[in-house]
Amino acid sequence: MSMHHIRLTVNGVPREADVEARLLLVHFIREDLNLTGTHIGCDTTSCGACTVILNGKPVKSCTVFAVQADGGTLMTVEGLAQNGKLHPIQEGFWEKHGLQCGFCTPGMMMTAYAFLQKNPNPTEDDIRWAISGNLCRCTGYVNIVKAIQYAAEKMRA
Amino acid sequence: MIPPAFDYVAPKTLAEAIALLAQNPEAKVLAGGHSLIPLMKLRLASPALLVDINRLSELSYIREEGGWLKIGALTREVDLDESALVQQKYPLLADTTRVIADPLVRNMATVGGNLAHADPANDHPATMLAYGAQIVAAGPQGERVIPAEDFFLDAFQTALTHEEILTEIRIPAPRPGSGGAYMKVERKVGDFATAAVAAQITLDASGRIESAGIGLTNVGLTPIKATAAEAALKGQPPDEATLRRAAELAAEAAQPISDQRGSEEYKRSLVKTLTVRALRQAIARAQGGGSP
Repeated sequence: MSMHHIRLTVNGVPREADVEARLLLVHFIREDLNLTGTHIGCDTTSCGACTVILNGKPVKSCTVFAVQADGGTLMTVEGLAQNGKLHPIQEGFWEKHGLQCGFCTPGMMMTAYAFLQKNPNPTEDDIRWAISGNLCRCTGYVNIVKAIQYAAEKMRA
Repeated sequence: MIPPAFDYVAPKTLAEAIALLAQNPEAKVLAGGHSLIPLMKLRLASPALLVDINRLSELSYIREEGGWLKIGALTREVDLDESALVQQKYPLLADTTRVIADPLVRNMATVGGNLAHADPANDHPATMLAYGAQIVAAGPQGERVIPAEDFFLDAFQTALTHEEILTEIRIPAPRPGSGGAYMKVERKVGDFATAAVAAQITLDASGRIESAGIGLTNVGLTPIKATAAEAALKGQPPDEATLRRAAELAAEAAQPISDQRGSEEYKRSLVKTLTVRALRQAIARAQGGGSP
């Protein structure tokens, strides 16, 4: 068994831990850091429920080893709200009813967060393209797109 | 799903990475990991050691040099997708990167990995065949250059030896009058191709086809270079009859099998249709038009 000491910043807070090489980032986040907002959906790199932002890019944390995040910066859905105030993306999902069961929502929001940093004024097509790696089985995506449009507008204001 | 236990090293230099591979016959290179990690989770792969090359930032670049587009093996798909140079001068490559897996996967997945893994369903291999690209491998004895057409030996098997690392991909810089396109049919975003066709052509001053490259994805154990179709295009005017003749030959070169993505007959028919469409788009782009 190969153990490794890793240090990383998670939602702005420095964390360190000893991890087995085979520990997946999503398990590290949920079970070692107890940040259970990040979900495990398909566990096969398809659904995007486990999306987190690693070094500025949204990635599927079921397909990255925790040891690969050593020295990096990680943001999970718990990092969106600041000082008890919802992030505009969270507010958008609330206002536009962008979820039904909510399982895909954390991943959707993390993808949307990274996307809006890159493209603050997206078209509907841009949004649909950006979330094409995140599956939602309830909504039909219409309200998710509206939620992201709401957030984009609010963040530009 | 938890992979079997393994050792892990993240070397700081390429030489160190090569030495680790040479010392460990059961080692595997970890690049983007989006083919390898799923295989490990399914326990279809169980390397004893992962040599993580993600810290070798010198393997990540996109630049033109000496008549080639040189792409570092660790370049992520997202970097190709966002490269103005690739968008403007290498539309076949730009088309290809955009249909690999999904945007989240493209943030991790690397060009070198897509080639070295040699999954017949991967998209870059056919594109590199169409371009007539070269693949640079570094090993204990130094570097060697492998033409793309000699690189893919069988499903998941390449000309790389165990201790070699793919370091660079070289695409010939297109001459004026060149254009390319990649056409893929997939059941949904993120799926592998049911079939896909890469086409790269150059027109001469009179508007005839001077050279053509055609690569086929996921219709055989390796990517297929449709040489008869390429030959049929050479010296011909880029008209519909020429394109259709080439497409027939490309479909004959395909070796699809029936599976959950479609029957052999359907896939062969797809190759024919996609070849015509890819060639049309490549020609439109070579003539200075076509959708970007």
